[in-house]
This record gives sequence, structure tokens and C-alpha cells, in this order.
Amino acid sequence: MKALQKLGIALFCLALAFFSFLPFIGQYTLTAELVKSNVKDIHQEQMVEILEPMYGETYASNFAFIADFNSYFNTYNDALKANQEWDAVIWDNYAYALTKAAAESPVIDQPWLHIGITLILGSLGALLYILPLYKGKLPGIKHDGIYFSSMKSRGLLGIFTGTWLILFYVILYWYPEYLTNLVLMVDPISMAISGNPASQWFLYGLIYTLAILVMGVRMFKKYKGNPYQLLRTASVMFFQLAFAFLLPEILMLFNMPWHDFKNIWPLDYSFFYDYRLDGMISSGALGMFMLIWGIILIVIAVPLLTYFYGKRWYCSWVCGCGGLAETLGDPYRQLSDKSLKAWKVERYLIHGVLVFAVVMTGITLTNYFMEFELLGQATNQLHSIYGFAIGSAFAGVIGTGFYPLMGNRVWCRFGCPLAAYLGLVQRFKSRFRITTNGGQCISCGNCSTYCEMGIDVRWYAQRGQNIVRSSCVGCGVCASVCPRGVLKLENGEEEGRINDLPIIIGNKSITIKN
Amino acid sequence: MNKSPYVIIGNGIAGITCARHIRKYDSDASILVISGESEHFFSRTALMYIYMGHMQYQHTKPYEDWFWEKNRIELKKTWITSIDTTKQQLISDTGEKIPYGTLIIATGSKPLTIGWPGEDLKGVQGLYSLQDLENMEDNTQGIQRGVIVGGGLIGIEMAEMLKSRGIEVTFLVREKNFWDTVLPTEEAELINRHIRAHDVDLRLGTELAEIISNGNGNVSAVKTNTGEEIPCQFVGLTIGVTPNISLLKNHPDIQSNRGVLVDKYFQTNIEGVYAIGDCAEFTESPGPNRKTIEQVWYTGRMHGETLAYNLTHEEKVSYKPGIWFNSAKFFDLEYQTYGHVPNNIPATLDTFHWENEAGTVAIRFVYDKTVGTIKGINSIGWRMRHAYFDKAIDEGWLFEKILTHLDKASFDAEFATKHTAAVIQAYNTIKKRNVSLPKKGFLKRIVTAFS
Repeated sequence: MKALQKLGIALFCLALAFFSFLPFIGQYTLTAELVKSNVKDIHQEQMVEILEPMYGETYASNFAFIADFNSYFNTYNDALKANQEWDAVIWDNYAYALTKAAAESPVIDQPWLHIGITLILGSLGALLYILPLYKGKLPGIKHDGIYFSSMKSRGLLGIFTGTWLILFYVILYWYPEYLTNLVLMVDPISMAISGNPASQWFLYGLIYTLAILVMGVRMFKKYKGNPYQLLRTASVMFFQLAFAFLLPEILMLFNMPWHDFKNIWPLDYSFFYDYRLDGMISSGALGMFMLIWGIILIVIAVPLLTYFYGKRWYCSWVCGCGGLAETLGDPYRQLSDKSLKAWKVERYLIHGVLVFAVVMTGITLTNYFMEFELLGQATNQLHSIYGFAIGSAFAGVIGTGFYPLMGNRVWCRFGCPLAAYLGLVQRFKSRFRITTNGGQCISCGNCSTYCEMGIDVRWYAQRGQNIVRSSCVGCGVCASVCPRGVLKLENGEEEGRINDLPIIIGNKSITIKN
Repeated sequence: MNKSPYVIIGNGIAGITCARHIRKYDSDASILVISGESEHFFSRTALMYIYMGHMQYQHTKPYEDWFWEKNRIELKKTWITSIDTTKQQLISDTGEKIPYGTLIIATGSKPLTIGWPGEDLKGVQGLYSLQDLENMEDNTQGIQRGVIVGGGLIGIEMAEMLKSRGIEVTFLVREKNFWDTVLPTEEAELINRHIRAHDVDLRLGTELAEIISNGNGNVSAVKTNTGEEIPCQFVGLTIGVTPNISLLKNHPDIQSNRGVLVDKYFQTNIEGVYAIGDCAEFTESPGPNRKTIEQVWYTGRMHGETLAYNLTHEEKVSYKPGIWFNSAKFFDLEYQTYGHVPNNIPATLDTFHWENEAGTVAIRFVYDKTVGTIKGINSIGWRMRHAYFDKAIDEGWLFEKILTHLDKASFDAEFATKHTAAVIQAYNTIKKRNVSLPKKGFLKRIVTAFS
């Protein structure tokens, strides 16, 4: 490794350390005014009273502040719950908003300095490492030493990275009040794009996009001379930056609902929730377009494009989850489980989630069109179960946190209901397949090892059989790593696509089917 | 005579394919596969990737471990030391006696050596088995330079393996160009250049004279036939492989020459004893331009398929391989061949060779001089469709017609650079012909009109 690359790694680690440390600096002072301006009108009176003991006190850390807040707030609610005064209980979570409001931190005074030593330094460090990669090397497969790498083969570094990611997701989803400094830090960026202060979701989107862009550059280096890989990497980088990050924020600038035009139900599981529908319907022509476009994607685009190109048009060219998996997650693709057992688990899980999403949406819509007479607000319970278990725990914590432990497509493979829907079309009505090149397979196992979806590609290739599997996201890496030119992603005639009884070419002694 | 139990010595591609296919045709047969090398079948061709850190041993196993029990193929890890053909039993190195009804010898190859001085020193080895790989791991710890002797497929793999660990490589090739006993000069020269582009010190026309010890039994240098001494800590001997039939040394009742002698049904001179794969030697060549010893993955597989069929069917079929095909990878360059492409093109055949400017893609056609039918093709850096050329060569398609269909015949990934037009233009110029370019589709014409 060159000195410059070592410096890059050092800078990145430094930036990561700053980023992990920043949430815990600064002090916190709460006033009645701050409480009033940050809670709903109906809660103002109680909240001001509940938190009264905290006014004027300066907390040296967010731990102390949040501990006190929770103690007063829970005492109040617990008493009501004990008396079964459910209507008086305050169900809203104000911990995040009030911690953010009470913060007095250097990141507020000097946000750009702190952005500089975290996000910018981290990106620069990563790029310093990435840009000289494979310099002077000929185009080809760059997998030397992967299984000697602690980071890439579940060694200590990999476990550490996984743990960090899991912790980050747990805090982001369920304890965002501990991240307020980081959110305050990126306020100026959010203000510049959408005119609104940042939320934890803006912070997350920003880091997510940065990760895809920086690690996308790594893909360009790694797959030099491989047009398919270069094009699809450029595609996911574009869709993340333009459609998932910038456009929704710009919509906010024009007082439109936040909307990601490339996200599709049921991955976008809240698309048919009442507040989303109301938001779109009340946003004029553009809002109506959002609604109609969203429905067109589900009903027409998914089946049609998947028929012509396979699910790859979405999963490895457009999708944001796929985008992160194919860039940040690429170093971990070999860690997916290829066993038959894992495939069995996969089929139950992913189709289970699809059924859950469809049933939940069905109930939600029925309730919505019956003007909430069917179930009242009870669908919210269902939404929070799905949001917690699938939207947050599965897609986020497990989906990304487990990259260094179970490979980069854990969510896409085991959980994503849209992937399940696309997969059903791909399996049963599509022109896409991975063609096996006659009898050229030598069973080496590179294809299976580097399949991020855990498909045992070799099983088919060595029998001379085409690969037609619902889970294949068409990343094309099996074809790239094959040393004998055996695999090719193709869209072609449906006839002959699935050859259940293949004949391996080359042996004229036996003419019966193999 | 009771055929079962079928006992197979050797769990490589030939032996395992045979076992699987016997089970496919006969659900009752008792099948035992014996190997001293490994518990389970693994892909020998993938050994290099374990050394390079692309894969771990477990990834090279084409079937999960439960597969064998589920298919009732019994596995035994032991070395067989002798065969008693009268009592129909095998004796293992632990003295265990294993009875057989049908014996299938599929013991593969071993590295060929020719008695160089110093070839038994520590740090000197070939590469064929799992044990060889373990030795190589051991022999190359912390070393600066390795010398590879022999310009063939295993030699170039070994060079790539060492380079992946940052070890300098000197590559001694006896011939004028790399693997030019198989490749025509242009292809061999292209590979020469590619090897050098990977910073390998390639010495063409150079032979090994002796291997020099450091005094402690380790290799410290090699001396070439020009008298030059090259300091090194490792020597890879890769001048070829030879059938691994040391098992038969004490058993003159099973006839052997270089390999175990078999007829076109893989039957040895003793009833109920067969040999397949690298270790078998046909008494008669199985077809025109075919060798009597076939030592590639694909032929091992075909031997296994064919013998299994014969063992389980009344009507026997003789081994009739179809159109020859093979493939390899030289560092980053893939090579495929279909049909008959000799290194020296005989007078009855004509040939057309094309190479791109960067020297990373090349294609050669060999065709009949008078009627123009295709005989064979070599391609480097350009994947070709096996099914297409199998049919084209078998049915004797006109070579010039294939030229215009190259996009169809190509197996390159989507969006890859297309070479058809360049190939046809070069052909027309060199051979003074007038083959027209394939017609573009309507959409393509529009796109190119604007670009």
C-alpha cells in the first residue's frame, strides 16, 4: 500500500472517530420557552410543567440531560397509565426535539468546521485510499487476498465494522436524541437545499448518498474495463443523488411532500398510508402526478420492465438499497450463505414479508376508503409493527449492519417485499436469464462465492443449465469473475430459457438427456 | 458376476461424475468413492484461487457435504496401496481390505519431472493436488523470488499465484514462445507480452539445468542451460503432468503403458476393472486429432458420464467425444478454443488471425483451403458461444458466413466492445475478399446516424 493510501485510511479513521465522538460533546439547557416552541399546542401546558425541574440547569452531557428528561416524562405518563387515563397520556416522543433545542454545542457555532472534520475529511480520506487503487494494473478480477483480509472475511475488523453499523442504526431509529449534535451540524446543508432545518433522516440520507458516491468511485477503479459494471454503478450513483437525495429535498423547498420518485410500493411501504395519500392529493397537480406515477410503477413498470430485462433494471441499476449494497457493500458480497438451507429460509422469509406488506396495505386502504369506520386508527398499530420490525430492524439494522457478517444483500435477499414481487415476475414471466456456455464450466466456484444473493450459480453452470432464479438481481459479477467465459446475462426468447434437462455439449457417446 | 459394489479410486471430476451418473441410472447400486487426498470432491482447477485468497477450500466443493449421503454415495478417505484382482479387493495403507464388484481407477495425474539435479530439495515442487497446495503455502512464506519451469497452463497459474502474493517470478520456457506446442505463434506471442505486462521475468528458449542447494537442503538458486544462476527460494516444476499410476507398479496383471491401458469402453485387460480420466490411456485414439491420454477437466467428465452409462445399461456405447473444446485463463486473458486449431497450420488448411490494437483481444479461424468450411477457432479476450461453434464446426458451416454472424456467436457481456466490423475489414484487406458487414437494425442505424 502506498504512503498516500495509508494516509487516506488514517484520515478516514480519524474522521470516523470524530463522527462517533461528536454526539457526546456540548451542554444542554432547557427553558420553558424552548419547550413551548417545540411541542404540540395541546401538550404545551403539561410539558412545561412536567419538565419544570430541568429549567436553568446546565447539563454537561446529553446522557445526563436525556436521563433527566426521560425520568420526569415517564413519571408523568406512568402515573396516568397506572390510573388507566389513556387519553391523558402523552404518546408523542419529544426527547429528540427537546434535546436538539436545548443543545449548546460548538457544532452550532461552527457547523462547517465540524462537517469538515467528519464528512469531508472522511470522504477525502476514503478517496485518497481509493483513487490510487489498481493504478498501473491491467483490467481484470481484483479479488487477491480477500479471504486473508480481516475486514472482508469476518475477521476482527469486519466484526468491529458490523458492530459500529448496527449501533448506528439502533441509535438512528430508536434513540435519535443521542444524535442531535450531528443533525445540528448538517443544518446548514439542509437549509441550503430545502430551506428547512435538518432531521435525523436528512443526516442519514446525506451519509448514505456520500457512501454510495465515494464507494461508487471504488467500483470504477475495481471494474476498470468492464462496461456493464461501470454503467450500472454510474446508474445507482445517479439515482441516489438525484432521485433519492436532492429531488425530495427540493420538493420540500416548494412546500411539496417529500417524495422519492423511484421508490416503489411495497418497498416504499408507507405509500398508501393515509397521511401520504392526503399529502399527495392535497398537493395539486404535482401531488396527483406522484400518486399516479407511483401506481404506474407498481402496476405497469414493474411487470413490463422485469419482463424485458429481469429485476436487475431496478435492483442493481436504480434502487437505493441496491445502490448501497453494490457500492459500500461490494467488499462483502462473498459473505452471503450459499447453502440450500439458506435458500429455503429465504423463500419463507421474503414471501412472508411480501404477504405482510400486501395485507397491511389492503387493510389500510379499505379503512381509508371507508373513512376510518372499519378500524378507526387501529391501522396505525399495524403500521408501527411493520415499521419497527421490517422497515427499521430488518431493512436497516440487519440489512446494512450485517454487511460485514452476512454479505451485502441480506435485506434484498431475505426481506424486501418489492424484490419478492419483482422476483415472482422474473421467475415466471421474463426474458432474462443467465446463460450457461455449453460445457465450459470447470466447477471452480468463483461464481457462487461472489454471488451476493447466495445463489449457488455453479450448481446450474456445471450441469450446462441456464440460471433462472427469482432472487438474481443481475449484478453481473458471476459472469465477470468466471475464468472460462461460461456465464452471460441475457434478455432473449422465452423459449429455451429454462432448460430443466440440459445436455452438456461435447460428448457424442451419450445422446440421452443429462 | 455381481457388478455392485462399484468402487472408484479417486474423487476428482472423472471419478465423481461416474459415481453420480451410476446413481442416476441405478438407484440400488452400492457406490464407494475412495480418496486419500480429500474427504470430499473439490474443483482441482480452483486450487490457485485458494492460494490467491479469492476463495477458501470449502468454496471449491461443487456439492454441499450432505449431498453424498443423500445420494447414497459412500466416501472413504484413505490411500489405496494395492489391488488384488483375483480376490476382487483393495488394500489400504492401514491394511484395511475393501471388496469390490466393479473397480474404476480414476487416480488422475501427477507432476512430471525428468530427474533434474536438486529436484528433491525443499522448496521445489509441482502443483496438482491439495497436498501440493499446502506445500506451496508452506514453501513460499516470506520469500522474494520463485522460478517456474515449464511454459504451460499450470506454470502460468503458478506465476499468477506467486505474483498475487507480491513474490517476484522468473518464468523459464523451453520453447520459443509460451505454450507454442499448442498455440500458433501469434497467440503465443500475445500471451508472452501479457505475461511481461504482469512484471514476470519471462525467459523464452531457456531450460533448467540444475537446482542449487543452500547447504541446508533448501533451494537457493537455479542454473539455466545458458549457465546463468538465478537466486530463488522456490522452484515450481510445471513441464507437464503424467498419469498417476504408481498404484499399479506392483500389479503387472493390470496392463499399463504411460497410463492404464483401456479400450474405447474404458475396460482394462481385466474384466470388471476400468480406468477413466487423466490416468487412462486409450489403446486407440478416440477420434481424429485426439490424443490417447486426455488430461483436461472436460474429458474427465465425459469419461465418467460414458462409463457410468455403460455400467448401467445392457447396450454399451463406445467413447465418442464430439467437437474438441477447451479453455484457460492466462492472468487476465481468457482463452477458448473450439475444433481443430493446430499450432502449425498444415497446407490443406487456411487461417485468418485478427488482433486488436491494444493486443488484448485476438481471434483465429482455421478453415478448409478449397471449400472454406470452418475447422476450428481460437479466441483470446473474446468469449464465444460453445453451442454455436459446436454446431458450426460439426455441420461444416462456411467460414465467411460465420464472420458476418460474429455478434451472434459472441458470448461477451452486454455493452462490451464489439469487434465484428474490425475483424471483417481486416479480413477483406488481408485476404482481398469482399465480405460485407452485417446489416444494422433499424434502431441502430438511427443511433449511429446521430453519433
